[in-house]
Amino acid sequence: MISEKKYTAVDDLGFYGDFGGAFVPELLRDNLEELSLNYNLIKEDEAFQNEFISLLKHYVGRPSPLYLSQKLTNEYQCPIFLKREDLNHTGSHKINNAIGQILLAKKMGKTEIIAETGAGQHGVASATVCALMDMKCIVFMGEKDIERQAPNVQRMKYLGAEVVPATSGSKTLKDATNEAIRYWINHTNAYYLIGSVVGPHPYPAMVALFQSVISKEIKTQLKEHTGSENPTKIVACVGGGSNAAGAFYEYYDNEEVELIAVEAGGMGVDSGHTAATSAVGNPGVLHGSLTLLMQDEYGQVIEPYSISAGLDYPGIGPLHAHTIQVGRTKSISVTDDEALKAAKKLAVYEGIIPALESAHAIAALDKIDFSSNDVVVINLSGRGDKDMETYLNFE
Amino acid sequence: MNRFIKDKKQLSIFITAGFPTLDSTAAQIIELQSKGIDFIEVGIPFSDPMADGIVIQESSSIALANGMNMDVLFDQLDSIKNQVQIPLVLMGYLNPVLQYGLEKFLIRCKDLKIASVILADMSIEIYERFYKELFDKYEVPMTFLITPITSNERIEKVVNASSRSFVYLVSQTSITGKKQALDSSLFERYSEIKQLCKGVPVILGFGISTKEDVENAHLSCDGAIIGSAYIRSLMEEKDLLAELV
Repeated sequence: MISEKKYTAVDDLGFYGDFGGAFVPELLRDNLEELSLNYNLIKEDEAFQNEFISLLKHYVGRPSPLYLSQKLTNEYQCPIFLKREDLNHTGSHKINNAIGQILLAKKMGKTEIIAETGAGQHGVASATVCALMDMKCIVFMGEKDIERQAPNVQRMKYLGAEVVPATSGSKTLKDATNEAIRYWINHTNAYYLIGSVVGPHPYPAMVALFQSVISKEIKTQLKEHTGSENPTKIVACVGGGSNAAGAFYEYYDNEEVELIAVEAGGMGVDSGHTAATSAVGNPGVLHGSLTLLMQDEYGQVIEPYSISAGLDYPGIGPLHAHTIQVGRTKSISVTDDEALKAAKKLAVYEGIIPALESAHAIAALDKIDFSSNDVVVINLSGRGDKDMETYLNFE
Repeated sequence: MNRFIKDKKQLSIFITAGFPTLDSTAAQIIELQSKGIDFIEVGIPFSDPMADGIVIQESSSIALANGMNMDVLFDQLDSIKNQVQIPLVLMGYLNPVLQYGLEKFLIRCKDLKIASVILADMSIEIYERFYKELFDKYEVPMTFLITPITSNERIEKVVNASSRSFVYLVSQTSITGKKQALDSSLFERYSEIKQLCKGVPVILGFGISTKEDVENAHLSCDGAIIGSAYIRSLMEEKDLLAELV
């Protein structure tokens, strides 16, 4: 149904070039084999795809609009479109993948879902689809993130999910992921609903495929706007990288479209307080895949820093590591302050309050050289309701 | 030669290098050897030990905070290499080894006569494709983990790659440090696995914490490994070995 191509194809062990694979303890092997088997079935299964597309349309509210921001267009002197993933049910792109995986879990006969979350957007999406499908939901979330993303914690609990604080390490997304993996080892009947294009094969490929609906829609919508389905540049923020993978997916093999991944610079790439993995990381193994990783000279993972809980991750999806390494994707970084200013700018310009994560993509506009021939799409991955306290404190 | 073949049932202890103090590791090895422990797994601490429960997580964090790293560990092992007769196994996760440099790591392992290496997050498939050649070049044996639900076909593959080491049988699918007694419904499967391993020693680990667990492991396997329970006894300043040996 969906043919995998040059950049998005993986080999028999799940590698994109030098990156990816499945680096997991033997204890998880059967789980991953069962998942791979079922994932390969649903990729080709028309009934599954129809149910997925139907839920995206009638439940999530897709297609999300592609909106031409006139004020950003005036400022940067080229058309700038916003792909409005913030308008999805639950407020971000995370729901696309959650819907796909919950349908897969249901097909596999699973009744218990576990998930990790950083900003809480994936946790809310998971809690939402579990309510929809009558499944038990346990969300692992770093203690620090529970504090800074309180509204999402309340939403998850209201939806019936159990939120388990991760208290080890930096108490953020990395540690929530460790706890989810440990729980999965101990409860092999649970379905682990990973929220980003990270983890062992087949997760990165599967999550990217479920998110690819974003770039499929961009193609159709941009053609309506401009007559061509191809922008010259697509900009998306990257923590693990699921919204970027989705926004880039259909364009990877069209090398005339420039793909720009925006990482969280934190207090600055050289400050020692950053989450700009591709700038300061090197190849390493974490959470089941070989990818670019922030680590010290002895291979201990460095705790990342970003004001944005959704970008505060020491790794990056292996698809991004691969495409950055071979030069297909360009990565840049944006600091906390730049993102906060960009959020305010979008609020004032367009009446759209972006998520802090997505604000990084808006801020990146100041770091890119544009010509009048450019046509730019920014993936506005989520809305900023959860970040209001941070925004108000910054004013 | 396989240094893990013995004509008696074995007991192995897992220690976290650099715990409880940076310099405690060498003395621990000597002490465990003097108490009749058959071989020792020296845990290389990692910041994100995904297969480990809270006890090994905590001991690893403390060890890293104490300043343990691969260079320090190898130097400490070097300082006692003439005093250690029992096999030493290095156990950890792949990333610290990759970052140190696999070849550099293997050169030091060979020099120190490390009996085997266990990397909990590396499958035999990944090993064979990317790393086996270097392990073979330096003649450092690998040990792989299997579980009671690992297929017989796969066990055979692991056994064929383990002629100079042992098969690490994980008692049940759970992270390290589970406190419940061994699940007796699995004992028959352990015996089946022992048969499949055709003389390569089968050592049972994960969740072994009492004398009863060790005795049960010895019924069907060639030995038992105690990890979290030993580390917990260090944390609580109790003498676990007095109860076991």
